[in-house]
Amino acid sequence: MTDIPAHDLARKPKTRLRLFLDSDVWWSFRHSKSAMGAAIVLGLVILAALLAPVLSPQNPYDLAALELWNAELPPVWMEGGQMPYILGTDVQGRDILSGILYGTRISIFIGIASVIVSLLIGVMAGLLAGFYGGWVDNVLMRIGDVLLSIPIILVAILVSSVAQAMLPPELREAGIAIVLVLAIALYSWVQYARVVRAQTMVERRKEYVQASRLVGTPARRLMLKHILPNTLTPVFVAATLNFGLAILIEATLSFLGVGMPPNQPSLGTLIRVGNQYLFSGSWWIVLFPSIQLCILVVAVNMLGDWLRDALNPKLR
Amino acid sequence: MVSRFRPQAMLAGGLVAALSATGALAETVKWGAPRDIVSLDPYSYGDSYTINFLNHIYEGLVRYNRDLEIEPALAESWEIVSPTTWRFKLREGVEFHNGNPFTAQDVLASLQRVSDDTSPLKGNLPAYKSAEVVDDHTIDIELTGPYPLLLNDLTNIHIFDKEWLVENNAEKPTDVSAGVEGYATFNTNGTGPFRLESRTPEAQTILTVNEGWWDEPAHNLTRIEFQPVTSAATRVAALLSGEVDFVDSAPVQDLPRLQAASNLKVLERTDLRTVMLGFNRRDELVAGGENPMNDLRVRQAMQLAVDMELIHDKVMRGKSRNAGTLVAPAIPGYSEALDEVAGVDVERAKALMTEAGYPDGFEFDFVCTNESYVNEEQFCQAIASMWSRIGLKPRLDIGPTAKQTPKRANGQADVYTIGWATLPMLDTYSILIQMLHSKEGNAGVFNWGGWSYPEIDRLTQAAGVELDREKRLAMETEALKIAKEEIVMMPLHQQPMAWAVSSEFEDFPQFPDNKPRLWYVTK
Amino acid sequence: MLAFLIKRSANAIFVMLSVSFIAFMIFRFVGDPVELMLNEQATQSQRDELRTRLGLDEPFIVQFGTFVTNAAQGDFGISFRNQQDVLGMIAERFPATFELVIVATIISLVVGIPMGVITAIRRQTWYAETMQFTSIIGVSLPSFVVGIGLILIFSVWLGWLPAFGRGETVDIGWWSTGLLTHSGRMSIILPALSLSLFQITLVMRLVRAEMLEVLRSDFIKFARARGIPARAIHFRHALRNCLMPVVTMTAMQIGGLIAFALVTETVFQWPGMGLLFIQAVTFVDVPIMAAYLCIVALIFVLLNTIVDITYAVIDPRLRGAEK
Repeated sequence: MTDIPAHDLARKPKTRLRLFLDSDVWWSFRHSKSAMGAAIVLGLVILAALLAPVLSPQNPYDLAALELWNAELPPVWMEGGQMPYILGTDVQGRDILSGILYGTRISIFIGIASVIVSLLIGVMAGLLAGFYGGWVDNVLMRIGDVLLSIPIILVAILVSSVAQAMLPPELREAGIAIVLVLAIALYSWVQYARVVRAQTMVERRKEYVQASRLVGTPARRLMLKHILPNTLTPVFVAATLNFGLAILIEATLSFLGVGMPPNQPSLGTLIRVGNQYLFSGSWWIVLFPSIQLCILVVAVNMLGDWLRDALNPKLR
Repeated sequence: MVSRFRPQAMLAGGLVAALSATGALAETVKWGAPRDIVSLDPYSYGDSYTINFLNHIYEGLVRYNRDLEIEPALAESWEIVSPTTWRFKLREGVEFHNGNPFTAQDVLASLQRVSDDTSPLKGNLPAYKSAEVVDDHTIDIELTGPYPLLLNDLTNIHIFDKEWLVENNAEKPTDVSAGVEGYATFNTNGTGPFRLESRTPEAQTILTVNEGWWDEPAHNLTRIEFQPVTSAATRVAALLSGEVDFVDSAPVQDLPRLQAASNLKVLERTDLRTVMLGFNRRDELVAGGENPMNDLRVRQAMQLAVDMELIHDKVMRGKSRNAGTLVAPAIPGYSEALDEVAGVDVERAKALMTEAGYPDGFEFDFVCTNESYVNEEQFCQAIASMWSRIGLKPRLDIGPTAKQTPKRANGQADVYTIGWATLPMLDTYSILIQMLHSKEGNAGVFNWGGWSYPEIDRLTQAAGVELDREKRLAMETEALKIAKEEIVMMPLHQQPMAWAVSSEFEDFPQFPDNKPRLWYVTK
Repeated sequence: MLAFLIKRSANAIFVMLSVSFIAFMIFRFVGDPVELMLNEQATQSQRDELRTRLGLDEPFIVQFGTFVTNAAQGDFGISFRNQQDVLGMIAERFPATFELVIVATIISLVVGIPMGVITAIRRQTWYAETMQFTSIIGVSLPSFVVGIGLILIFSVWLGWLPAFGRGETVDIGWWSTGLLTHSGRMSIILPALSLSLFQITLVMRLVRAEMLEVLRSDFIKFARARGIPARAIHFRHALRNCLMPVVTMTAMQIGGLIAFALVTETVFQWPGMGLLFIQAVTFVDVPIMAAYLCIVALIFVLLNTIVDITYAVIDPRLRGAEK
């Protein structure tokens, strides 16, 4: 993006920030208890996940740190519980709290990464399709049609089980998370592409675009600098809601056994493993990760929900 | 053993069945199984779970009794005519479920079917050469050489009705690659104590009692409803809520909960299956580079690093039996002297690693499945964790059997789990010929690491043709000793087996080979 | 109109061709089919012979052609694991999944529509707010967590409802139904409930949004002005206007529900297509995976096409709308 002048970069965000603070959206946020509550909860969850190495009593991925002697300790407030295992341990002697913190990290990473990847693909595809129309539009949108005609969960299961089977062993540990990100992103880009395309088609016909084209502004600059910003609002709402969906899909895949492996557990994996101990009395192994997953997704969805209402004047 | 007086037995059997059928309640077993059977064709797949289930419908010439001793079934008696020829006298008056009489032609057709080139079960009858019908109820089986374990093998070769096979164009085993279904895949016609009522794969298979069974039933069941419930937690929930009344694989961690339930009984014992680790013994590791595991000191270190006592206590809930040798005590060829469990000694393990030239350890692929053995996912993680303490860097790869087996079998694993119960042979020879022997011809099919010990090969081959039981077992034990000294395989434990049944059952025998034989069950 | 029909059908066929191409790629390249079919002892010549017999040595495009031709006739080959006709196996399970999805859909409508109406007309009340909040939880709770929870509460603790399976079924022709027996009806409650949770929220939100829009429209204002009672306005006039989008969405969601049912089916061991598919994924039973993909996509595409065409029939303006 070398052709964007430096002063633009400096000026733009500022005005946007001020615009934002003055906007209805911010006002609505400050006056919505549920949105503020959700934002605070989400912030705390993300912060805790980021600080996992500092906060956790144990590194759950370090095999040498696991002590089988400490397997299945109950939470500290129960008889037999001991510090530092506040929420107890699982059958490997893995601290549940540490597992949850690190697991949340993986879940959030996969959620964010898949949203970013799908945003990049989707926005590019949408801009190109909307701006150029014709065969570019046709090809991209047909690909989208095909993808949307297969339910997401199916795409994700197929992609991740197929790709995992093909990964060479050295890449398996690092590769699975990436495979999951792609499996989820592969599906969700279409949504953004459609939104951006529709908006682009509207913008393209507007006078300022026509005028810029006449004076010879390059297409790329037009798309990125003028058209794109105008499409961002609906895209942003979709991205927030998709973030929640991506976390859910990843958890579901891991629960079904085609997601993260037990030695790099995400929240879904923790629930799958803990589910085996549902009747053995060690209820904490499954309960706490489930609660964390629910809190995370509820918070994200509440924010997304509020955002959608706030940006849609009809519903106010 | 001589035949029982058959007509009466049949009458009595019919009467019992008739009585219970007219009684207030049909005696039903609702069986919640950890997995489905793969097919109704016992020759479709070398899968012992399926073969055992189908044993309720089909029978072999001989069978195991309640004490796991071989007794006559469809054959009444036998004699060894020459070292390579066995003559079987068949039971008369036996009928298949469709009413066809059982004759020597049926045995011949079945043996031909199972030994066909495309038969996946071919390896279960390794010494078979040919068979010849002598008369309607006598058949000679010709072997490739002297072979002491023919009867053991025959317990698992189920007999089909020839006429039925011919009528339905099923004389050959189903060939998946042809893309055509086999008739025997979803139809049955056996001689066994139960007959098929219906089957929906992965959902439900229903058997009803065969009132015309030739033997006097020791059971009083009228119906078996077999349902795979693959999720262990759901299986336990179904048992607790009474939707199933028999589970042949109760998770060990749930046993206290099940025992506490007033309407349930838990049956437990150790399985004959010994779970062990195999090592890659090719020149290179899977990911490339020199293979340190060819050094005995490395294998010793790996063994010394693993605290099996701790795994026994924590992962296996005190229910497993730690093993020092590769077969369980009940298996002929076992020797107590060899069964001394290697202790744990982390310092010595580290020293050995240094001595071998790997003070910083090395990376390797550790391939486990998540459902083959009891709590496998957990003990694999525990072992990986223990190895990391002596500097090793195992890359743990856990997945379903269907995905892991090709990796293990094609040398894509550096360390892998495998369990061996010596079934259906119930003799040490089974593990020697199938796993410890070098991979050549039909031998060493499960020699997945590619090792070769000429002395083990020699002893195995000698034992394979030795008809004197004592001498044979001595050779087998000798081979196990070499395997132990060389740590060809690293034995872990005999796994626990736990069944849970409704307390309504009066008699529910549990067998050390972990195979439910419901024709001994009374409710 | 005819042009629209042709265009829409061509689109559907194109989508199905692409899906079958993906299915074919899976079939052809996930694991070597030869390796999966033969047992370990097979020799190289046996492998080569099988390769020729399966047509794996033919040009790629010919292989794909054969695959599509066979698939169009319902021939997906036989399962590697069960050695049975794949389409037959899926067809056998279709009733189970379909009944589950239908019952879940009915639950979602019966619960979702009133909730949507209430949250729309009583916007500021505490119970409407609570419902709004609950609905967010509804879309956020992973269905497997809900399923486990339901089993724990209703089967294990209370012992009221079965934890798994379909109960007794009755065969009506080739269709097997669990809805005619007591145990079958009891068995469907928990899985249908857990599957419908997400759907309830969707219905509720859609009804709410549509209601709000309608309530703002002129004809409602006019009705109010005429003094028609609020109750009649809400339920007779406003709700009726919202139902079309609800019906449309429900129809289009059925395909998605069929696919999402695989999670529910796994948790409750419900013997439907989804459970079969998950088992197939576990056992690398590629013909079933490929066939399931094609069939679910077909249901999806058919429903979408039917909805589109119906819309076009009802509202001619839409025919030209799709650029």
